[in-house]
Amino acid sequence: MTDRQLVGKPVPRKEGRDKVTGQARYIDDLHFPDMLYGVTVRSNAPRGRIQRIEFENDAIPWSELTVVTARDIPGENSVALILLDQPYLADEFVNHREEAVLLLAHPDRHLVEKARRAVRIEIEPLPAIFSIEDSLNRKEVIWGEDNIFKSFQVEKGNVDEVWEGADFIIEGEYQTGAQEQLYIENNGVIALASPEDGVTVWGSMQCPYYVHKALLKLFPLPEEKIRVIQVETGGGFGGKEEYPSMIAGHAALLAWKSGRPVKLVYDRAEDMAATTKRHPSLTKHRTAVTRDGKLLGIEIDFTVDGGAYATLSSVVLSRGTIHAAGPYNCANVRIKSRAVATNAPPHGAFRGFGAPQSIFALERHLNKVAATVGLTPEEFRRRNFLHEGETTATGQVIHEKVDLNGLMERAFELSDYYQKRESFAEANKFSVKKKGIGFASFMHGAGFTGSGEQYLQSVVGVEATTEGRIRILAASTEIGQGTNTIFGQIAAEALKLDYDLIEVAKPDTGNVPNSGPTVASRTVMIVGKLVESAALGLKQTLVQGGFLTEDYTQENFQTACLAYIEKHGALKSFSQYKQPETIRWDDEKYQGDAYGAYAWAVYVAEVTVDPLTYEAHVDDFVALQEVGRVIHPILAAGQIEGGVAQAIGFTLFENVVWQDGRMANSQMTNYIIPTAADIPPIRVFFEETPYAGGPSGAKGIGELPMDGAAPAILNAIEHATGLSFNHVPLMPEALMLEMEKS
Amino acid sequence: MPDENGKCAVPCTVNGEAVTLHAYPMARLLDVLREELRLTGTKEGCGEGECGACSVLLDGALVNSCLVPILQAEGAQIKTIEGVASGEQLHAVQQAFIECGGAQCGICTPGMVLAAINLLEKNANPDETAIRNGLAGNLCRCTGYIKIFESVVRACQNTEAKS
Ligand code: FES
Ligand code: FES
Repeated sequence: MTDRQLVGKPVPRKEGRDKVTGQARYIDDLHFPDMLYGVTVRSNAPRGRIQRIEFENDAIPWSELTVVTARDIPGENSVALILLDQPYLADEFVNHREEAVLLLAHPDRHLVEKARRAVRIEIEPLPAIFSIEDSLNRKEVIWGEDNIFKSFQVEKGNVDEVWEGADFIIEGEYQTGAQEQLYIENNGVIALASPEDGVTVWGSMQCPYYVHKALLKLFPLPEEKIRVIQVETGGGFGGKEEYPSMIAGHAALLAWKSGRPVKLVYDRAEDMAATTKRHPSLTKHRTAVTRDGKLLGIEIDFTVDGGAYATLSSVVLSRGTIHAAGPYNCANVRIKSRAVATNAPPHGAFRGFGAPQSIFALERHLNKVAATVGLTPEEFRRRNFLHEGETTATGQVIHEKVDLNGLMERAFELSDYYQKRESFAEANKFSVKKKGIGFASFMHGAGFTGSGEQYLQSVVGVEATTEGRIRILAASTEIGQGTNTIFGQIAAEALKLDYDLIEVAKPDTGNVPNSGPTVASRTVMIVGKLVESAALGLKQTLVQGGFLTEDYTQENFQTACLAYIEKHGALKSFSQYKQPETIRWDDEKYQGDAYGAYAWAVYVAEVTVDPLTYEAHVDDFVALQEVGRVIHPILAAGQIEGGVAQAIGFTLFENVVWQDGRMANSQMTNYIIPTAADIPPIRVFFEETPYAGGPSGAKGIGELPMDGAAPAILNAIEHATGLSFNHVPLMPEALMLEMEKS
Repeated sequence: MPDENGKCAVPCTVNGEAVTLHAYPMARLLDVLREELRLTGTKEGCGEGECGACSVLLDGALVNSCLVPILQAEGAQIKTIEGVASGEQLHAVQQAFIECGGAQCGICTPGMVLAAINLLEKNANPDETAIRNGLAGNLCRCTGYIKIFESVVRACQNTEAKS
């Protein structure tokens, strides 16, 4: 047996060659004969009642166009996700400016675009609300009885008893803005649909089975008549978690009515304005501490703006809530949270999923607490870090080896923190430009929250092909993060075969089992573990059937597979997720083991603030994390670098300008993300403490890097300027306002 | 001169092959490449000259093909991502992108590879600032650019090692 240690090696990305040669085919690169182009006509009012739809401009051959309204929907007019409140097409009422009302299709894509502009939807306006405050105050009730999609309360100890004995009580209020996904490939799908043949959708997406579930409600068809196929996807970040269900439904409705294939691909402006963004948030902190800097009690009030429909807000809220008290040991914690409705397009999943919002608030607030007590930010954290055996806010006992203080010290060494903290402060007295250094310490739970994974019961298959290769069957999608490659490594290592012998089947609901959605940093840790066990199961089948002995060569293995297939017709092995006995979660009380494992991290940012241009620039960034075993060092570092870059954008660049619930700057020209010239060196370091529950000891990693940069950067800006900013994005205008005052 | 459909004949060279394109005078080079020649490696990210996903080389200059009216391509030498490798042999930049993790989702990659090639043609050994500036017109939302910078450096090293 040769040594085929693959985990930990930077094997080439499976689809890398196709991507660098331009051969990879994304949805807009596909063309079907007889295909129509679809467009969406949207509401032009933030809230109101549809009065009339008129087709103006006689130059447009209206009779040649396929027109779909809510009346044409053959099944249920709601996008199935958690609640059924969001319609595919507004029928009577609209609840945000980008709500789809009507669909058009035509073979000429220029003509259909002209037609879109010629449809006039007359809407009688109803009062609308656009802010968390107005929603909480019920200035107008626009959803349910109280504008509240969901609320949670986490209780640990008794926070009511701590205030009296506290030496200090520190309060603070923190806000984060919406963030546009800005994957470089817009949302898009192609659909075929008819009552006889059913519905087939190809598209750019993260979760084929979510789309499948949604289409099953929209069309009166049996499960097997609906097929969803993911094609190469140009970035997701959460933005292609839920929205593809909407656009897939739209294209399928047009295809159903016209009897022809329909391509529906958004242009940039439409994608930016209409699809989901990161939830804006408002967090209030009240903290009790002793004179020597021990946390006595933490009270957190966390609100996210969900937009007009429930979508995934409850789950985003849940993750934000659980992460709100961070990796600190505090006996008394109360977290109250809620997701509220406003008349904006629904906000949705975006890398970090609520955690970046609540962690921003906490890591800014703790610096304020430390300063009040008279401690350095690091000393204060040192006195309160969570250790093995202690409990998180939900009462989860940490059984992992975790050494946050060690992690912090190493991050400080790597960034030269102590020395810079002093020398910058000294130099700032004389220099025009101000330099600062700051950090944040945090954790991120991998996998679905609480009982989520148990409920999902994900399945992965591994099969031997008649060509003597091994193919992985999973619905987990490759969206750039490296699913194909990592699954290949895990299976190859488990079976002791060459990496090149492993292929990964295209996620196609007609062909692969439901391994759950590609979200929540779960693909490696949860699904990867299933890949590992399905692969081992395949080997077991061969051994037990007498086709193979434990001590085999690759050739033996291939021969055995072929012999098995010859005799039994096919060789497949499936593995289904089973929640380990040790994980316990109480959904009612929101208590228990919120996540199977956490990644732990300390990020350090170094900034320069220019008092002439009011620009803050990140000069250096150290990202140190403990993520269990690293399966692929290049992909893992790439995840962290990409996440940090997005987080830098979230902090200093990316400002969604709202105008009555509509994104006014829905163009790349005026919604700015970091370019190659803006990004600092992002220096990534891993600590690897193998996690027994993950494949080869790995934990989740994808979302973590989104969490820590914003507070680290604002902490650094505070060090540089002495000014305390408590909102992101922090644009030059806000810096100017405060710097001129001081 | 437009024909009876209003389309113009535009002779040019694409990836070394002489072709005559037929398109409306205001058609974007991007669409003509993608639709008429089915060279779909050139991507549309924004359609307004901001993202660089549609980058191609036009007479050796890096341009955003979404901003180029087809008439400007008349007589030009155009290189798209499909023309970068010689047969099975990848270009040093492509090879480096694979080795260093310069491509994640891959949608920016064709444009990014062409931008990197263009940069190295002008400056065989760019320092970090030159790399950053050379790629500043091409947006990537996945990588945070670090692995792309490393890819460019690796491409230089690999090319040097060979020569
Ligand atoms: S599509 Fe041409 S620059 Fe974005
Ligand atoms: S690799 Fe996805 S945008 Fe660059």
